[in-house]
Amino acid sequence: MDMIGLLFEAPPLALQLVIDGVLIGAIFALIAYGMALVWGVMKIVNICQGEFVILGGYISYYCWEAGYPLVLGVTAASIALFALGWLLYRTIIFRVVEQDLFISILATFGLAILLAQSMNQAFGADVRTADAGLGNWFLFDNLVSIAAIKLVAFGATAFVAALLIWFMRRTRLGQAIRATSQNARAARILGIDTHSVYAFTYGLNAAICGAAGALIAMIWVIAPFGGLIYTVRAFMIVVVAGIGNLPGVIAAGLALGIVESFIGFVLGAQFQIALIFVLLVLILVGRSLRLRRQRKVLE
Amino acid sequence: MTALLEIRAASKHFGGVIANHAISLVVPEGRIVGLIGPNGSGKSTLFGSIVGAHPADEGSIAFEGREITKLRTPEIARLGLIRTYQQTRIYRKMSCVENMLISAPAARETFLDMLRPRNDADIGEAEELLEFVGLYAKRHLPAGSLSFGQQKLLEFAMALMNRPKMLLLDEPTAGINPTLINGLLERLKRVNADLGITLFIIEHNMRVIMNLAEHIYCLAHGELLAEGSPDAIRGDQRVIDAYLGVR
Amino acid sequence: MTRRGIERLAMIAILPLALAAPFLAPAYMTFFTFICIMIVLALTWDVLGGQMGYNSFGNILFFGIGVYTTTIVQIGLFADVGAYTAAYGVETIELTRNQFLIGLAVGLVAAPLLAVAAAAFLGSGLLGLRGQYFAIGTLGLGIAGGELAAAWGWIGGAFGVQVPVFPGEVLERRLLFYFLAFALAAATFLTLKRLYAGHFGLAINAIRDDEDKAEAMGLYTTRYKTIAWCIAAFFLGIAGGLVGQINGYIEPREVAFAGASFGIWMVLMAILGGKGTIWGPVIGAILFYLMKEFFWQQFFGWQRVALGLLIVVIVVFFPIGILGWLKQRFPARFGPSVDMVARAKPGAGSDGARR
Repeated sequence: MDMIGLLFEAPPLALQLVIDGVLIGAIFALIAYGMALVWGVMKIVNICQGEFVILGGYISYYCWEAGYPLVLGVTAASIALFALGWLLYRTIIFRVVEQDLFISILATFGLAILLAQSMNQAFGADVRTADAGLGNWFLFDNLVSIAAIKLVAFGATAFVAALLIWFMRRTRLGQAIRATSQNARAARILGIDTHSVYAFTYGLNAAICGAAGALIAMIWVIAPFGGLIYTVRAFMIVVVAGIGNLPGVIAAGLALGIVESFIGFVLGAQFQIALIFVLLVLILVGRSLRLRRQRKVLE
Repeated sequence: MTALLEIRAASKHFGGVIANHAISLVVPEGRIVGLIGPNGSGKSTLFGSIVGAHPADEGSIAFEGREITKLRTPEIARLGLIRTYQQTRIYRKMSCVENMLISAPAARETFLDMLRPRNDADIGEAEELLEFVGLYAKRHLPAGSLSFGQQKLLEFAMALMNRPKMLLLDEPTAGINPTLINGLLERLKRVNADLGITLFIIEHNMRVIMNLAEHIYCLAHGELLAEGSPDAIRGDQRVIDAYLGVR
Repeated sequence: MTRRGIERLAMIAILPLALAAPFLAPAYMTFFTFICIMIVLALTWDVLGGQMGYNSFGNILFFGIGVYTTTIVQIGLFADVGAYTAAYGVETIELTRNQFLIGLAVGLVAAPLLAVAAAAFLGSGLLGLRGQYFAIGTLGLGIAGGELAAAWGWIGGAFGVQVPVFPGEVLERRLLFYFLAFALAAATFLTLKRLYAGHFGLAINAIRDDEDKAEAMGLYTTRYKTIAWCIAAFFLGIAGGLVGQINGYIEPREVAFAGASFGIWMVLMAILGGKGTIWGPVIGAILFYLMKEFFWQQFFGWQRVALGLLIVVIVVFFPIGILGWLKQRFPARFGPSVDMVARAKPGAGSDGARR
């Protein structure tokens, strides 16, 4: 609890934590947006979300190691992950897309294990990071430091998000996706090939995760089994914000980033992962109790 | 005649939509009472409020003189007040007999009852009731494999298995083969006369409800529009207007 | 032969086989022991997942609680736990034969009790969740358990705990745990079989098919759900205690709260055999464990990848399971029956006589 005292004594420290939280939270929001997209359109909770993120991270890491610029890493990760997502849909996911929810959860959970184990075999268990070497910015007499790469990543996240919003609102494919999410049967009757829409949506989500993972590899670290925690973060954000609520997803993502940054500081990093999962349980139970009081069922 | 179910000024709204507004009605013990009204007039909502699926916001609901407005669904069911659904609700993967057994009076169920194997008396009763509704031959089939009409009959038999004092039936004849409707009417009357179960029935089929009910309440736009004997209701201009859409 | 006949024959045949197995094939004793444990895991998962329709990814929590409780109690009876774990296994304690067995017995009683307490406490909150919310909420539960154990220094933190050395011969130790595991599997099977045959089985099946309807018919569903989870937790707690002891070393993420192995295997075994049946999880557990051993021998290094692939294949292509497939393939023997014969005792007029 000394740490809390420290926060009061040195307010810039709190500012540091908030800034860190916001910068990382934006990436959480991006991943959550992808999950909400798949959830809303395909009615699938994609458990291998985090593994897509990590895989994107590895692609950008190897691009960086080969000496290519960071932008290329992000682009390569998105394109490769789009292809993977599309392929996974056409081979596996299409079989579970209109089945009962648990089958799709379990299938994507199986994919998550498969991807994580494959990455462990292919890339080794070591923790990796792509150091951009952009240095730090200092504020308040060097009390607050911000890694320049985090700002760049934040900018990139905002750019990707803007691109997505434009895509969903303005393009025909985006409209087809939205129509399918509202009523798949009606969309099919009106001549929309829903399987193509699903394949594209799933690929798009994977691409979003790939981009997010590429950024995470630059500002944080990646490891083969580090995927699940991103899935859980995305899930929490979507549960709190609701599906199809973009401002909500952004707000919840930033809030989660800030909460995590404070928890990590106050209690120490060894509790951070445990607390994310405890937070998940608390959020779900809290929500269910509130709905139970209103005698509604969360389905 | 004592009032078995008494509703006083019950209201229910969902968000801004008023589904029920200040509805008061009485169902006397041992009778068959009808509830009619155009689609969306709040009939099923009223049933939901009575059995505690979504309690009324205002007003009170009493069963056998006991306040039940805020009780939870299973507690109300244990008092002997059971509803059936417009869209059937049965346990699809369980056999018909199992559907019946799980509906045996829950009041007897204590912790130790859980461990006890199924008893022959209950099975006998279940088979008897399945025969009563004409499903005996299908008793070992999964309930989900029955036709819609048969599922409705099964749901009715399940409700009887619970030995209720009062049954709320939501459109019992909807989806049932017209040739079987007369048989169902006969059974409903027998249930009322022989077993003394009070019936409160939502029904769209006027021929059925006029034949069955001794007293009818009519809802429109969430409010009680008219009440009276079948003949009075049939002649009531307001009821006719409500059904024809005149306001 | 009727279905019931086959079932009875199987149950009678298994007992002498199981008793003789360790003497017929002593080299495979650990293998048999783990088969028994797997059967327990699959059966207990199926209580909620198959019979009640609540798909839990977090049952491993109760297993993990059992792992830790048994060994910590065993150590704690005769030594200072904090000091023991602080030494990271460098200083071991030597228990006498009696001390070891008493410690084990007390530990194996405490483990299920603690697991049941956890299930009762968590169930009151989590069992209100449905569908994917329950599945993912429980997923969080299992991992939170492992992370909290890893952060708790008194029970060894991330380094884990060395289980006290068994004071006796290797063969004796193997026999002891084999028979304990077999007894546990048999007890789990018979208890669940009895429960499923009674009112309890009907109630949790009803919850699976339509929970709101079950409430509307007067069932206190929350009570049933919590008890179902407690029953699963009870047997899982003991199973965990045994596995920790057999393993000889306890570690939070890979042994105790092993979500990526035992935690997911239990789901898979139940599905492979046919969820919602009593024999399905048993068959699934045996078959899956054989396949797992095969993978471990054949795909050196890539075995976990192969296992991941197997999970996807089973779930995507074979979600109905072996028993489900048999029911579809041979409806006459395994399916439901229609009999058009009228009722033996016509109940004419008996409706009135019911009261």
